[in-house]
Amino acid sequence: MIEIKGLTKKYGSFTALDNLNLTLHEGTVFGFVGANGAGKSTTFLIMSTLLEATSGDVIIDGVNVREKPAAVRRLIGYMPDFFGVYDQLKADEYLDFYGASYGIPVEERRKLIPQLLELVNLTHKRYSYVDLLSRGMKQRLCLARSLIHDPKVLILDEPASGLDPRARVEMRDILKTLKKMGKTILISSHILPELAEMCDEIGVIDNGRLIAHGSVPEIQAKLQGEKVITVKVPIDAVSRALSFFEEQPHVSTIEMLETGDGITFKYLGNEVSQISLLQQAVKKEIPIVSFMEHVTNLEDVFMEITKGAE
Amino acid sequence: MKLMGTNPVLFKELKLRFRSFKSFNGMLFFLLAMCVFVFGYIFMTVTVSGTSYFRPSESFVLFAFLSYIQLGLVLFTAPGLTAGTISSEREKQTLPILLTTSQSSFQIISGKLLSSVAFLLFLILAGMPVYSLVFLFGGISPWDFIRIFLFLFVILLAFGSIGVMFSTLIRKTVVSMIATYGTMLFLSVVTGFLFIITMQMKMMNQTGTVVTPSYIGHFLASINPGVLFASFLSPGVRGMVEEMTKVDFPIWIGFLLFYGVITIIAILIAVKKLRVNTKRQK
Ligand SMILES: Nc1ncnc2c1ncn2[C@@H]1O[C@H](COP(=O)(O)OP(=O)(O)OP(=O)(O)O)[C@@H](O)[C@H]1O
Ligand SMILES: [Mg+2]
Repeated sequence: MIEIKGLTKKYGSFTALDNLNLTLHEGTVFGFVGANGAGKSTTFLIMSTLLEATSGDVIIDGVNVREKPAAVRRLIGYMPDFFGVYDQLKADEYLDFYGASYGIPVEERRKLIPQLLELVNLTHKRYSYVDLLSRGMKQRLCLARSLIHDPKVLILDEPASGLDPRARVEMRDILKTLKKMGKTILISSHILPELAEMCDEIGVIDNGRLIAHGSVPEIQAKLQGEKVITVKVPIDAVSRALSFFEEQPHVSTIEMLETGDGITFKYLGNEVSQISLLQQAVKKEIPIVSFMEHVTNLEDVFMEITKGAE
Repeated sequence: MKLMGTNPVLFKELKLRFRSFKSFNGMLFFLLAMCVFVFGYIFMTVTVSGTSYFRPSESFVLFAFLSYIQLGLVLFTAPGLTAGTISSEREKQTLPILLTTSQSSFQIISGKLLSSVAFLLFLILAGMPVYSLVFLFGGISPWDFIRIFLFLFVILLAFGSIGVMFSTLIRKTVVSMIATYGTMLFLSVVTGFLFIITMQMKMMNQTGTVVTPSYIGHFLASINPGVLFASFLSPGVRGMVEEMTKVDFPIWIGFLLFYGVITIIAILIAVKKLRVNTKRQK
C-alpha cells in the first residue's frame, strides 16, 4: 500500500531525512515516533505532496507521489501538526468547502457532512463558527475534513497534541473506528505509549533515520535482552552491594541510585542466572531490602532507542 | 475554465467577502462619497453660473472626474484585495490543507483572483447609477462610457493578477503588499515621469533637424493608465503623444497588449509556483 524507498530530504547541508525505507500494508495503523526534529513532519509533508524530496520515492497505492501528485491527493487525507481555520465560516460550511474542493457533488456533501460531524462528535457544533471552536474541537473537525473524500490513507501529524486527556481518549476512539473501516493510517507522535494502544506497527525515527520498525511487542522485545535491575539496600551497605554486584557475570553499567539507598544495573543474563545472582547476594549477607526487575515500558524503549539524539 | 459553480475557492471567498461587514461599510462609504461629489458638483455649477441648468460640457468634466476616481479606486484597491490572497492563507496555516485537496493550482489561483475581481467589479457597478446620472445630462456618448468600463476591467484584472502573483511568490503579506503597490505606482506614476524625461532628452539630442520616432517614449505613454484615460477623455491627448513620440500607433492597443501579456504571465507564474514542483530532474 505504502512504499517509501530511500527517501532523503536535505535542507542545504542539513539532512532532515536520511535514506528512509518503509513498507506498509493496506489497513495497517502505523505509529511514527521520534523526538522533536527527528523528521516525522518532513516525511509526512513529502507524502502529502507538499514538500519536494531530495531523492528517493514514495509510492502510495501504486501511485508515485513525485510523478502523479494530483492522483495522490485523492488517495490521502492529511492533517498537519499545525493548521488554521478560516474565520467567518461555520463548521458545516467548512466541511462543505473542502468537500467541494474534492469535487464531491452538492447532494452527496449534504448527506456526508452530518455523518462526519457525528463521527467526530461535533454534531452540536454544526452551526458554530469554526474559529470559535476549542482547540480539541478544531482538531476533530480537521480530522473530519481529512475524511471527506473517503481517502484510503490517512496521514495524521500529531493529531492528539495539545489535547486534554479526555480529548485524547476520544481521538483514540475515533481512530479505532477508522481502523475498523479499513483505512491505512499513519500517526506521528512523540509519546510512544499513546500510540502503542492503537497501532499495529511502530516505527522509530531518529535524526532522519528509521532506527526501528516492527509490531509493538517486537519493538519492546528489541530492548528486552537488556534488563535493568534495581536493588535496594540500607545506605550503609551500598558500597558493599556495589562491589559485589560489579563482579557478577552479565552485569554492566552499574550505578548507585540517586537516593543513595541502592544500586541499579543492566543485566544480560537469563532467568536461571538471575536466580543464582540473588541467591549469591543473600549468601554473601548483603542486606537486600528489595530486588526488582525494571519492566521496560515503551517510554523507556523510546528513551533508550533515541539516546544518541542531539 | 471552471467558473463559479465548480470553483469552490471562488464561491467561498465571495461568500465570506459579502458576509463581512467591513466590505459592506467600505462599499457604502464609497457610494456615499460619490453621491456627495456628483450632487455637490451639480449644485455648485448651477449656483455659481446662476442658471438652473447643467451644460453638457460641465457634465463632461464631471464624467472625466468620475472616471479618474474609478481608476483610482481600481488602482488602489486591486492590489490590496489580491496581494494577501495566498500569503495570508500561508500565514493563517490554511494553505497546506488547501493544497492537498484535489483542486488544480489554476482553479485555486483563478478562484482567488476572480473573487477579488468580482468584488471590485461589484463596487464599480454599484457606482453605475451615479455615473449614469451624468450620462443623462448629455455630452457623453455611450461608447465613451463603455470604453472606460472595459479598460477599468482590464486594469483591474492585470493588477489583480500581479497581486496574486506576488502573494504566491512572497511569504509575508506585508511584503507582498509593498511589492504590488510598488509595481502599481511604478506603472501608473513612474512611467509618466519617465515618459516626460524621455521626451526631454529626445528634444535635447535632436535639435529639430532629423526627427526619429521614440518607441520607448510611446511605450511608456501607452502603459500608463492615466495617459490612456486622458486619451479617451480628450482626443487631443492622443494626437499630442503621437506628435511628441512620432509613433503612430493607438495607445489603447499598446495598453491592451502590454497588460494582456502581464496578466497572462502573472497568472502562469502564480499557478506554477503555488505548489512545490515534485517532478525533480534526475
Ligand atoms: N524549511 C526548513 N529549513 C531548514 N530546516 C528545516 C526546515 N523544515 C524542517 N527543518 C529541519 O528538519 C528537521 C526535521 O523536522 P521535522 O519537522 O520533520 O521534525 P518532527 O519529527 O516533525 O519534529 P516535531 O516532533 O518537533 O514535530 C528539524 O531539524 C528541522 O529543524
Ligand atoms: Mg512535527
